Parts: sequence; C-alpha cells; structure tokens
Amino acid sequence: MNCKGVIRELSNYIDGDLDPALKAELERHLQHCEDCTMIVDQTKKSIEILCDSRPVELPSDVRSRLHSALHKKLSPRQT
Amino acid sequence: MRNAIFIHEKGYEPQFWGMLSTLSTPNPHRLPSSVAREDEHLLVAAAKKGDATAFEELVSRYEDKIFRLTKNITGNREDAEDAMQDAFLKAYSHLQGFHGDSRFYTWLVRIAANESLMRLRKRRPNQFSLDEPVEGDADLMSRELEDWGPSPEQGYAQAELQDILAEVIDKLEPESRIVLVLRDLEELSTQEAAEALGISMAAVKSRLLRARLKLREKLNRYFRRGTLN
Repeated sequence: MNCKGVIRELSNYIDGDLDPALKAELERHLQHCEDCTMIVDQTKKSIEILCDSRPVELPSDVRSRLHSALHKKLSPRQT
Repeated sequence: MRNAIFIHEKGYEPQFWGMLSTLSTPNPHRLPSSVAREDEHLLVAAAKKGDATAFEELVSRYEDKIFRLTKNITGNREDAEDAMQDAFLKAYSHLQGFHGDSRFYTWLVRIAANESLMRLRKRRPNQFSLDEPVEGDADLMSRELEDWGPSPEQGYAQAELQDILAEVIDKLEPESRIVLVLRDLEELSTQEAAEALGISMAAVKSRLLRARLKLREKLNRYFRRGTLN
C-alpha cells in the first residue's frame, strides 16, 4: 500500500471498518512512513477533540422563543 | 403500523417519516455517548400519552445540542433557530411514529438535520448539492505536515478551543460540514447519516474522509508545535 492508499482508507481505518488483511497492510506502511503516521494520528486527535467539544448554552432569547412556541403547540393536549 | 405515519408535509419526502422509524445498527466503533439517559424511554412514553411536561423535559435536555447541530449545518443563526424550533414541533406532532427502534435523540437529530438542509438548500440553491459526485482524490494529500506534540488542545482554554472549532467547522464546505457533524459530532452511524441526507453510504464515507482531512488541515494552523509561542 502506498501513501495514497493509506489516505483513501484513513476513515475506515479510524472507524475500525477495515478488513484484517487491509488493516495489516496499512499498518505495515505506517511502520516506515512518518508522514502517513502523522496524518493518521492528527486526524484521530482532531476527531477526538471534536467529539469532546460541548455545545454552548442556547442563547436566552432563542430559548425563550422556542419554549413559547412549544407552549402554544402543547397547550391543547394539556387538558 | 409504520406506514401510518407517512404524512406528506411541505418540503419532506413521504418516505422521510417512514425512514425515521426504521432501525439502524449503531456503529460499534463510536465513542460511548453520554446523550441517552436511563429515564429517556419513560419520558418519551409519557409524552406520547400527551404529557406535555415530559416532552418539555426532553426538549430542555437536547435544545443546546440541537441548536449546535442546526447552526453547524445552516451556518446561520436565524435559520438555525427556525430549524430547531420546527424540528421540536414536528417531533412532537409525529411522536406516535417513534417506535423506540433507535435512541430518541438520534430520531430528533434526523428531523433537525432535514429541517436544516431544507433551509440551506433554499438559501444556496445553486451552490450546494450533496448529490454531486465527489472529485478525484488528488487533493486529499495535505501539504501541511507539522508536529502537534502529544496534547495540542491543552494549549488553549476550553472557550478558546470552542471558538476555534466553531470557526474551523464553519469554514468547511457545507457538503463536508454536514456529514462531519452528523457522523462525528452527533454520532450517527454511516447508514443513519445516509438515510438522513438521502445519499448513499459510499457518498457519506467519501465526504466524511474529505471532511476529516480538512478538519485536520485547518486545525494544523492552531496546533502545530510552537504556534502559541
């Protein structure tokens, strides 16, 4: 497998979706290719940071408009 | 009877509500989610019986995340607010069609993604298409390769990091941004994302690859060793 092949399979590799033979081939390439190893590690790190991010709190005006729309919609069923 | 919930609303394909009720196998490789709580099914059951307080509790639980999702997809605060509001209202209207085959949150994400996509398409009718084929892989190889060190994110305060991520996501092309948000941020499986966007699983995978590589490339500017010095 060459560098292009690694990049092409990068997502599948990170998600654990590669079949064992292809995975072994990719990992053999990583053993001697510093550039690909760096791309794999940094892409994994990027996803990790993204997954760990927390949503900012909903702005109070947006929340208030949402809940007033909900009240309107929900009130007939509250009887 | 699942087909009973096929309601043709403006902007929605009739199959949409049907697809929402089908079971999708969760991706076993995803990080464990902290989204679902043990009492969620009780709240959903109560809401289905007309308990408005239970539904409002579900809304309060997920409003921040759904707003982040609609903002990330539309890239516009006004559209994001409308999409979020309509998503919750439609979720309530169609609650009887939710059979618990997937997490309630996943079901909600798919409704919110659809609402956001409709607004994005309206705003950029000629500039945005998820159906267009992805170009070749010539541009996949990044020229920017620099050492990040072991924990590059620790050089930034949490709020700063949030701002960086928001900016980086916003700069991604919509086609890449949407898939990245659904797969990596909202933890939908490839199949769920494909169903939510109405594209093939292969298209989701190729767009996700591009999005992840772009994300790395854009974060490189902030994380390369010595950037903060």
